[in-house]
Amino acid sequence: MTSVITVPPSLDDQTFEQVVEQLASVPRDAKLLVDARHTRWASPYGLTALLTLGQTRQERATFAAPDNEDTASYWARTGFFKHADELFDLTGSVPKGRGGESSVLLEITPVVKSEDVHEVVGRIQQKAQLILSKELNIDAKATVGFAMTLSEICQNIVEHAGRGGWVAVQTYTYRKRLANRRVVVIAVCDAGLGFRQSLESAPGRVRNDRWDDAAALEEAVIRGVSRFRDPGRGQGLAGVRRYIGRWDGKVSVRSGTAKIAIVPSWDDDVPLAEKLAPFPGSQVQVTIPERVSGGPR
Amino acid sequence: MMHIDVNSVLRQTLSCELYSNLVTRPTGAAVRTQIEALLADSRERSLTVIDFSHVGMIDFSCADEVVAKLLLRYVAAEREDREAYFLFRGVNDDHWDAIETVLERHGLALVLETDDGARIVGMVNDGERVAWEKVYELGRACAGDLARALGSLPDDAARMLDALHRRRLLMRLGDGYIAVGGLGEAHA
Repeated sequence: MTSVITVPPSLDDQTFEQVVEQLASVPRDAKLLVDARHTRWASPYGLTALLTLGQTRQERATFAAPDNEDTASYWARTGFFKHADELFDLTGSVPKGRGGESSVLLEITPVVKSEDVHEVVGRIQQKAQLILSKELNIDAKATVGFAMTLSEICQNIVEHAGRGGWVAVQTYTYRKRLANRRVVVIAVCDAGLGFRQSLESAPGRVRNDRWDDAAALEEAVIRGVSRFRDPGRGQGLAGVRRYIGRWDGKVSVRSGTAKIAIVPSWDDDVPLAEKLAPFPGSQVQVTIPERVSGGPR
Repeated sequence: MMHIDVNSVLRQTLSCELYSNLVTRPTGAAVRTQIEALLADSRERSLTVIDFSHVGMIDFSCADEVVAKLLLRYVAAEREDREAYFLFRGVNDDHWDAIETVLERHGLALVLETDDGARIVGMVNDGERVAWEKVYELGRACAGDLARALGSLPDDAARMLDALHRRRLLMRLGDGYIAVGGLGEAHA
């Protein structure tokens, strides 16, 4: 029997939880159909997370592409189907990607090794400078911090995940949460070890009573703990947090059954969500909003 | 005085002309290893300019490998076999965020060459900063000179000079001290 996972009409970091909840009761080796026929919109997080879902299956799953031509065409331009084709049996109308999507700062790009991070950073810099200063009204100097943020998050895959993941960067408009302000969003998702397992591999680590995915996320994201004993480790996520704070942004990290977030005033997400449906690896989203006059610097 | 262009080292290390950014920890480790290989040929006492002028950006991981670990190995470790001093050149605002972060993390300080001369940055207290700036201004100073300039006790001035020397922010020449980045470059 084939289990069917229905992808919500609008797929982002919040609604992807519906996908994970449906997936929780399906064994990894079961036949699976991921049904996105009625999906109309997806964030970079949604698209990269769908790819990691494909990675988690022992038996190659089937993926039904969006019926809506515009949606499917857009997904193609982000590079989604190119990568999905390696993980799923694709059904439905799958357009060829043509590129040229102006809102896509970085199309979905695999991150497996250190050289991929160089590639990602090199590709993002020029376009990011334009977008940040022209569209988001952010000082062009912020581009470097943006590229550093991207670099550090991608390196987490290379150093800790144990398998490859994906990164995507895109701009769009937050109509409800930010009253039509533009945002730039980085999504980096993998289906690797996840934070808890990574930290558990630290030599000589002593487990305490309260040790779960949420505790692991708190250690890594808030306290800068790394599985490496080297005191220079753990600075990457701390630097990301500092950058986010400077530009009134948001960062959320989901791993296993928990999600931790640094939540700005314009968002109503919870700082820590526990006992979520399990999903392998780590899924990170960074959101930098358009700066309005008088806003933070 | 040895001059190391970090961007040239990066390109040699990666064997690729396409990358001008110091990103990722393996890249940083490879660049530092290459710098250490260049330093291996230097004398017991050496002053090396680490030049970031042509580096696009540097991330935290790379700054930790290239800057912090280099200083930890040659400066903070107080090696008996050699006195290695570093002057950092071409560090701009784009590099500074990452470098400042790793200096704070490890409690390190370094000397930056700027358009106006040189200055110490990183983890230094007010006393160290004032003393270093006074030695830089004087050109060459012994404990008595510094004590007179700051109105402090000679013993306190001597301890301060010794502390700054151990951090390789001052060079000792005979019974005097010269600030890294100051007039002493020619003697190193």
